[in-house]
Amino acid sequence: MMQIRPHEGLQIDGFTLGEKLHTGGFATIWAVTHPDHDLPMVMKVPTILDGYDGPTIVGFEVEQMIMPRLSGPHVPKVIATGGFDVMPYIVTEMIDGGSFLPVFQKAPLPLSDVIEIAARMVAAVADLHRQHVIHLDLKPENFLQRKTGEMVMVDFGLSRHDQLPDLLAEEFTIPMGTYPYIAPEQYLRCRDDPRSDLFALGAMLYALATGRNPWGTPETLRGVRKRLWRDPEPPRAIRPEIPEWLQEIILRALSVDPMRRYQTAAQMAFDLSNPQQVTLTARALKLKRDGWLQVFDRWRVMRKIRRFAAPASVAAQVASVPIIVVAVDLSPQGERLAEVLLRAVKRMLILEPDARIACVNVIKTARIGIDQGTDDQGNNLHVLRLVQLKAWAEGIDLPDHRLTYTVLEGPDPGQAIIDYATANEVDHIMMGARGHSTTRRYLGSVSAQVVAEAHCSVTVIRLPEGRAVEPRPALAETEAAAV
Amino acid sequence: MRIAVLTDIHANREAFEAVLADVAAHGADRIALLGDIVGYGADPGWCCDKAAELVAAGAICVRGNHDNAASGASEAMSTLARKALDWTRDRLGEAQVDFLAGLPLTADVEGALFVHASANRPEEWSYVTSDTKATPSFRATTARLILCGHVHVPLLASCDLGGMVREQAFRTGLPIPLLPSRRWLAVAGSVGQPRDGVAQAGWALVDTGTAELTFRRTPYDVAAAARKVRAAGLPEELAVRLLVGR
Repeated sequence: MMQIRPHEGLQIDGFTLGEKLHTGGFATIWAVTHPDHDLPMVMKVPTILDGYDGPTIVGFEVEQMIMPRLSGPHVPKVIATGGFDVMPYIVTEMIDGGSFLPVFQKAPLPLSDVIEIAARMVAAVADLHRQHVIHLDLKPENFLQRKTGEMVMVDFGLSRHDQLPDLLAEEFTIPMGTYPYIAPEQYLRCRDDPRSDLFALGAMLYALATGRNPWGTPETLRGVRKRLWRDPEPPRAIRPEIPEWLQEIILRALSVDPMRRYQTAAQMAFDLSNPQQVTLTARALKLKRDGWLQVFDRWRVMRKIRRFAAPASVAAQVASVPIIVVAVDLSPQGERLAEVLLRAVKRMLILEPDARIACVNVIKTARIGIDQGTDDQGNNLHVLRLVQLKAWAEGIDLPDHRLTYTVLEGPDPGQAIIDYATANEVDHIMMGARGHSTTRRYLGSVSAQVVAEAHCSVTVIRLPEGRAVEPRPALAETEAAAV
Repeated sequence: MRIAVLTDIHANREAFEAVLADVAAHGADRIALLGDIVGYGADPGWCCDKAAELVAAGAICVRGNHDNAASGASEAMSTLARKALDWTRDRLGEAQVDFLAGLPLTADVEGALFVHASANRPEEWSYVTSDTKATPSFRATTARLILCGHVHVPLLASCDLGGMVREQAFRTGLPIPLLPSRRWLAVAGSVGQPRDGVAQAGWALVDTGTAELTFRRTPYDVAAAARKVRAAGLPEELAVRLLVGR
């Protein structure tokens, strides 16, 4: 059991405690230094009551188990951990941009800020889910910012790692989380659904946009339970200038049944960065809360509910709804290849019925100077490509919100596809490769570049050998700007 | 140090060989055999010799109830086990019997306790099948990690700072962090006669450096092992068990 208490000047395992930066309900945070570590660091020490303080200890054990297994810009880098025999602690890098809470307290924020902040938060959560971890206690205090802009999540005391024992599972009988943001299934004590984090994101996004929490600030579990049947005030009723598409995103994330929410953070991020592609439903237009009869009907069903259908696992949930980019060559030389690509996409949808397909075409622009993208002719080309892209995709049987069209522009088509895929957390790229012409060998092919440099899986479709339509090389490379 | 923990080999040469190859591929520094080298399977002599060879090379090895019975001690056993043991005894040479009889009941290495069954009264061969059944083991020792076998079904339990023992869910093949704030007990499954419905040899890899434990499964030629059981005239149930892993 803990032998010593933290105080300024305390030395432990080479760390020297400096100023106390924060006192929370369950822990204190200290600035620390160490002769071997150059960077600014903080030490978190749980505040353990005398005797056996179960909840605090288990929460800290969970953090000590999960945090060292996380990596990337959206989590603090762990430097060292200390055991309970002397004094339990976790030392991490100090996040230079500080807490996100003051930003939150200024809500409602300008809409451009809301959207930009939301996109960064969702990107952070998507990264966490990819690492098999559900946070389960997302709230403004638990987001810090780096000076470089990335959001960093902290406090993993309630988190769940999909592949590790859940020390909290049987430990406590009451739902754990923070009341304004806790998802309905978490209230029902489910701890294995990544979509719970998306609900919390929805609640925070609601607050950023409107200045209030969707269900106020309940202080009792009874108050939390209400969200199982009572819908929140539509954001546009509070602040009319909120665009319909943003209300659609917020209310979708706040759906009671996890099945009706975004299925992955990546999908939510996609909508936030492609607002023109968001399919509006009735909830986008809603201007008042549902009538009492409707609410009563929901109450009759929900008061008896014990659980919602849970996903197989975090990994399965993240993988089952992939975003697939299909890069289509719309030039006359690519016509046959585009047909074959379409067939491949249809086959892919049999394997991945929940996938979202983003059709992409690239207009190759000149490297230097003003190009066709800026004049009338260029704009026409953009629209023309969009129309062609839609015509190509006509045979894909998907609801509108899962089929999108984007025309990219850039001097380097391969790079444009790679950048788009990275920015949108894409899981898979499908594209065609034209035949092996001599020029292609010298100039390099777009598909080879994408295969080599993309961060996700890439499927390259070729025309069956022997029937390849050899493009007229000079024309294909210089004028046909498509992929 | 990386320790490969193999238990309940039960004279299954095919499984034993496959696991040893897998252990070599994973690069373990040391091997621990948690008993029941013989009994049920068709290759008691070969498995005994292999175990003795590993022990000579530095492996940890403790005695199981089947080893005890095969080397002459009287043990209360099921009819099936009894039939297999009578068959086994006739096939063990003196040196092999002496090897089994000379094995210790427990071994203590690097703060970990190795034992065939429950760590309290190892000679009573109690089955550790749940957190309740694991509790006496934690009470009987101060070891940070208790490794055992006997049940043929892998299990993981932790004992927290308050003394509460809980079974922990785990995924096969993924390293589980053994938090230093808790003490841990793992039943390493069974190499030669798994009973959890997976007809693959079960074992565990412990890394004392990173404090991680991984339950592993190794596919082996189950059909060959079952064929040998039948050819030896051992009870048919023992062949079927291997095929279905129950």
